[in-house]
Formats: sequence, C-alpha cells, structure tokens
Amino acid sequence: MGRYILRRLISAIPVLLGITVIVFLIMAMIPGNPAQAILGAYATPDNVARINKSLGLDKPLWDRYFIWLWNMLHGDFGRSYSLNRPVIDEVMDRLSATAILAGVSWVVASLLGILAGVISAARQYGLADKLITFVVLIGISIPSFFLGMMMILFFAVRLQWLPASGMYEIYGGGGLGDLARHITMPAIALSVVATGVIARLSRSAMLEVLRQDYIRTARAKGVNERRVIMGHALRAAMVSVIPVLGLQAGFVLSGAVYIEIVFQWPGIGQMLVNAILQRDILLVQGGVVIVAALYVIFNILVDVAQSLLDPRIKT
Amino acid sequence: MTQPVLTRRGLLAATGATLALAGLPQRLMAATPSGVMVVAQIAEPKSLDPAADTAANDFRILVNLYDGLVRFKDGTLEVEPALAEKWDISEDGKEYTFHLRKGVKFHDGTDFDAEAVKFNFDRMLDDKSPYHDTGPFPLAFFFSSIDKTEAVDAQTVKFTLKEPYAPFLSNLATPTGEIVSPAAVKKYKKDYGRNPVGTGPYKFKEWKSNQRVVAERNDDYWDGKPGLKAVIFRPITDANTRTAEMLSGGVDLMTEVPPNALSQFKSDRYKMYEQVGPHVWFLILDCQKGPFKDKKVRQAANYAVNKEAICNNVLEGTASVANGPIAPAFSWAYDKDLDPYPYDPEKAKSLLKEAGVAEGTEITFYVTEGGSGMLDPVAMGTAIQADLAKVGLKAKIQTFEWNTFLGKVNPGLDKDQHADMAEMAWMTNDPDTLPYLTLRTAAWPEKGGFNSGYYSNPEVDKLLEEARTSTDQSKRADLYKKVAQIVHDDAPWVFVANWKQNAVSTDKVENFQLQPSFLLELAKVTKS
Repeated sequence: MGRYILRRLISAIPVLLGITVIVFLIMAMIPGNPAQAILGAYATPDNVARINKSLGLDKPLWDRYFIWLWNMLHGDFGRSYSLNRPVIDEVMDRLSATAILAGVSWVVASLLGILAGVISAARQYGLADKLITFVVLIGISIPSFFLGMMMILFFAVRLQWLPASGMYEIYGGGGLGDLARHITMPAIALSVVATGVIARLSRSAMLEVLRQDYIRTARAKGVNERRVIMGHALRAAMVSVIPVLGLQAGFVLSGAVYIEIVFQWPGIGQMLVNAILQRDILLVQGGVVIVAALYVIFNILVDVAQSLLDPRIKT
Repeated sequence: MTQPVLTRRGLLAATGATLALAGLPQRLMAATPSGVMVVAQIAEPKSLDPAADTAANDFRILVNLYDGLVRFKDGTLEVEPALAEKWDISEDGKEYTFHLRKGVKFHDGTDFDAEAVKFNFDRMLDDKSPYHDTGPFPLAFFFSSIDKTEAVDAQTVKFTLKEPYAPFLSNLATPTGEIVSPAAVKKYKKDYGRNPVGTGPYKFKEWKSNQRVVAERNDDYWDGKPGLKAVIFRPITDANTRTAEMLSGGVDLMTEVPPNALSQFKSDRYKMYEQVGPHVWFLILDCQKGPFKDKKVRQAANYAVNKEAICNNVLEGTASVANGPIAPAFSWAYDKDLDPYPYDPEKAKSLLKEAGVAEGTEITFYVTEGGSGMLDPVAMGTAIQADLAKVGLKAKIQTFEWNTFLGKVNPGLDKDQHADMAEMAWMTNDPDTLPYLTLRTAAWPEKGGFNSGYYSNPEVDKLLEEARTSTDQSKRADLYKKVAQIVHDDAPWVFVANWKQNAVSTDKVENFQLQPSFLLELAKVTKS
C-alpha cells in the first residue's frame, strides 16, 4: 500500500508541472494586462511601461516563468498586486472558507445522494423510486447559481429567515450558529446537482449489484433484507460509487466559483474570478496551482480508499 | 417488503433536521446597532493607500480615512481648504504656497506638518525617495507637473511646477492627493496599504479580507466630531446579491443601484439619492478612415441615435442626455445653452445622402460587456445598433470583456483591425482632463494619449492648451465652453449620456448626500 501511494504521488509531479505551464501561458496569452487593469482609462503607453517595470513584467516570458517557478518551490508565491498582499496569505484565508463550503456540500451530497440511490434501487419502480428519480432530475437540471438567487429572494428577502450573503454576521458575528445560518443556502445550492449525479450513479450501481447471484444466495439464506442492502450490496456498489464521489468533489469545488459569487462567500472561487478580471497574474497562478495540488491529493486519497475497498485495484 | 427499520431511521433523521433548523435563531432586522453604518461596496478595495488606488470604489473608503490639502466643497466640484487653511498662487501660475492647519495629528499620534506633505509627494514622484518602492503609484502623473516640493517651515509648504497647470488644485482634492502618515509608511513599508493611517474623520480599525473594512470615529477630528461611531465597508461584487442584502436589512447604504432594481426601494423604509457626476458616455468615431471621415456622417450618427430613449428606457432615468465633451457636473465650465443633437432620423438620412453614403453601409462597432462607468453597455450598444439601422447604417457589433476592450480601443480604432466606432465613458475631476487626453491632435494614441478616433482640430488644440495654463477660472470657463461648441459641431463622438449617480439607504440614515466627485463623504452622516 505504501508503494502504491508513493507511486501515485510521484506521478502527480508532472501533472502539477503541466498545470504551472498551462496557467502561466494562459495568463500571458489573454488580452489585456495588469498595467491596463490598474490604470483603466489612464493606460497610456508611458504609464503602462512604468507599471510593467515596477511589477517585473518587462522581463522575457520564460524568465518570468522560471522566476515564478523557482520562487514557488521555495514557498514564495509572490505578491498580489490587486490586493496588495502576499498571494499565499490571501489563498490561505480564502481556502478555509471554500473548504468549509465545499466540504459541507460534498458531505451532504454524498450522504443524501447515496441514501437516495439506495432507496431508489431497493424500491425499483416503486413510488419512492419514481419520486426520487423525479426530484433528482429537477436537481440536475437547475443551474445552481439560479437556484441560489431564487433562494436568496425567497428565504432572505421575502421571509428574512436566513442572511442573504456572507459567511459571518458583519457586526459582532462569529461562532458555529452564525456560520450554520450563513452556510445553509449556499451549501444546499451547491450540493443539489452533485446529489443528483451521485443518486443516479448509486442507484444504477446498486441495481447492478442486486442482480448478482450472491445477493440471491444471501436472500435465499434468509438474511434480513436490510443487511442484504446495507451490508452485502452497498459495500460492493461503493467501489463504483467512490470514484464518482471524487469527481463530484472536483465538481463541487468548481461549482463553488458561481455559488461564492452569488452568496458573496469569501472563498477561493470568488477570489480567482476577481483576480482574472483584474489580470492579477500571480494571484491567479498561485491560486490555481494550490487548488490543483489539493485536487490531485484528494483524488489520490479517493483512489486509496477505493483500493482499500477493492483489493483487485491495488497493483 | 416492508422496512420499518429504515423508516424509523428516516424519521429520526428528519426529526433531527427539523430540530436543528428550528434551533437556528431568527435573523434580527437591523443587526447593526445605531451609530454603526454598513456600506455595500462593489468590490474588495485594492489597497487603502491613496497614492496606490485608482478605483472609485476604493476612493469611497479613502475619503473617510484621509484628508488632502484641499477638498471639494459639499455638493460641488469647487475646491475649498482642508488640511491647508489657505494658499497663494504666484503670478506666473508656477508656484503654489500652502499654509497648513495647526495642531492636526495623524491617527497614530504623529504631527501633520510640511515635512509630512513633502514626504507624501516625494514618495509618489521621486524614484530616489527611499519609500518610492512602496508603490506602484498609477495616478502619480496627476502631479507630474510638480518640479519640486519644499517644506518652507513647519506650517508652510511650497510646490514649484514645471509649467503652469490649472487642474493642479482639483487634482490635489482627489484621493490621490490625500496625505498619509510618514511614520506609518516607514513602519509598514509595502504593507502600508493594509495598515492605513490618515488624519480623516474615521480611523482605520480592521480589514478582514473580502469580508469587511471597519473604521471608527476619530474623536479628535479637526473639522468637528464625526456623526457615526463606526463605518463598515462590505464588498459584495454581485449586483443582485447587493440589492438582496439591502432589501433584507444586511446593509444600510448602497451606491450604484442597478437601474432595474430602483423600483424595489420605492417605499418609506428607504431613502433614495441622486446626483450628477463628472461623467460622459460616448461613442468614439474614427475620423480618419471609413464613413465617419466625413463630418456629415458623424453628425448623422448623432441625429440618428435616440439618446432620450436610452437614458429613460435602457437606463431607467439614471442618466441625462449629453450635449458635448464637458459634463454638467462641472457647473462652472459647462455650457447650459448648448442643445444636444435632437433625435431626428430624417435629418440623419438626408445628411447621409448628401455625404453619398449608401443605404446598408456596414460599420464595425466595438462594445464592452461592462466596465468602470460604462453603465449598461450591451443593452445601450444594441439600442444604438437598432437606431443606426433605421437610417441605413448596418453596425456589426463585436463584444469584448473590459480589459480586452481597453486593449483594443486605447491603441486606436485603426491599430490592429479597423473599427469605425467604439463605446467609451470617462469620469474625471477637472473639465480639462477628458478633452485634453482624448481630443487633441497631440493625444493620438501613438503620441501617448487616448484620442482613439484620431480627431484633429488645431483650434481645439489651441484652446485646450490655453485653458490649462490659465489660473483664472472664469477665463477657463469661457475656453471650455468654446471647446464644447466646436467639438459638438465637429462631432468626433456620438454624445450619448451623463450618468446620474444613485444610492439608496435605510430610513435610519440621516444627513447623507452624494457628491458630484463620486466621493462618499460620511463625516456628517448619522444613523439612529
């Protein structure tokens, strides 16, 4: 198992290097530049040259790439010009907010999705199955940002039950209760699509397993139906569900971008969008590399979990 | 196949969830106590260093933390004393001597004096200053006419200019001219922007990234005790979310209310504010190439566009029709008697016929998705396209994201690929700025200006130079009026709109007023 993990970690290195090259080139290629974003209407050639020089953007492209990479390997992600602070400080501030939102959404989506899938499969073509399939279809079809806006209108503006945006109360906030009230709507909006996808896949995975001979054997032996479903079938079905959970984690992370903007959640998705619009090169690059690294690590963990469930994978 | 166990479990979970939801405390209306005001901002500030900022959004905070030597008089764009009690200008317009207010202290307890003023301008302008590397200072060129700054004595500071430069005083009144504490810059260096220290009505207390900037009352403020105990600036980038927060009681004041949201605030619980701004929204026309080379065609475009409809329908009354390159907010320099081009498609058609422009001539039209001061550029662009089609000009729209758009338009409309027409908007603090940077022959893009449509009229060039070097305001006013008349007739632009800024607050907010300078002055505001 140790060797397996090590091999996966080593194979992640070229992936991450590739990501640094891609994000660097994209930021270099998109039209518009930081000096222009800073100066706006006042971007005369003189002023642009002056700003470029002070940001080190007058150096050749490859110099800039290797300086960036070298500094990054030494833990220095540079300074965000649009926020006037070190990139790493900003990313770390934001990361915890995104981790909380995406984490809660992912757990909710996984639990609800698997539960719905299992119930659906156990009662195939029954009322519960039809109902769940219907709700899941709606969930998958509604864009999450739209759902978020509608929820704000209904629960924050009309009923005033929940705060419209933010992570904590703006004055005298803090604590878990405060966080719970603020996270309810964004977490629901963010988890709906993922819940639907997970539910669908769990259902088909379960149906597949329930048709196997050993399930029939178990039932014939007179094993309690609940144990057949939760014990025998679910464990086998999880092998094909877990990679989907990993993929959905990525989906939830990227979906957080819209949701964070709709709910003004102080997370990394919102930071990246603002940074791109501001052409804040170092902040975009640093943010993307860190998120990518986390995503890679998360996927390794998922693979490891899968290989623990299914020894055939470990080779 | 009944499964009582699953159901029981489900029941348990459902009960648990219901209890948890019920346990959530109900949101209280007006979560902020009286005297503490929450202001919705459109974005996170870049920095709270006035020398480093460029965005109106950041200026709204700065003006409450800092003072300049001079400031704009309440409700006008005229300059009045602030940290300087009075000033003298030499005969030749090149020496400005400021006599500073006594006994003013920065929030960190250090003295405000002539040395502090010198430190500020040297930091921005002199690349040999040891603190020049605390920049970049993008708007430093507002003061590039300064040759040297001298502290004559503790209470007197003298600026010597390279050449007479009339907008100097109004530039000093902008946030870029605000005075920061030298001690704080020396202490925090590059991080000064996150640890701001000024002399203003509110003291910086806390900046929680992307959540809030908190400023507290400065009880020793030289201009009387400020009205609020604290101000909280809260960035909410999405306009719909901002509106929802205002409606749900999460903020007390918001600016830049989207036009389509205005109707939701028409109730006793809210107060609405409106103010002209030094803003012009226009279409740049390529005066050297393509159909707009002919003045008649440019005038035809001005007649063809229904500006009233754009201001009233697309912008829901949040703008008025522009008559020329000078915004009405500059009341002293604005020509009230200059009528905007009326909407007259027949006249446009006959002008096009005279100019020999065939029906269905195609023109390329650059439109942006949104940007500083651009209002509702896509909807406006579409309306303009429809108006032009009615007189036989077929405008092909190309839409770009803001920074890409600037990269296309600023280098000139004929730079990479030819465009005939582009949207643009400017907000400035002096009537000089816009025409000087965008209408002179010497301001063509390759010469370092923003005259992207290559307009050229020697008479306008002469008048603008003259206006810039004159220190007599009434003489300057006459010159700008002349410029406006000539430019109106030459029609290098389609003059479309002057934005009226708006804001909405809860009924608890008192004494608030929007300023034509776009600055958000909160010193006198109270909240019950």
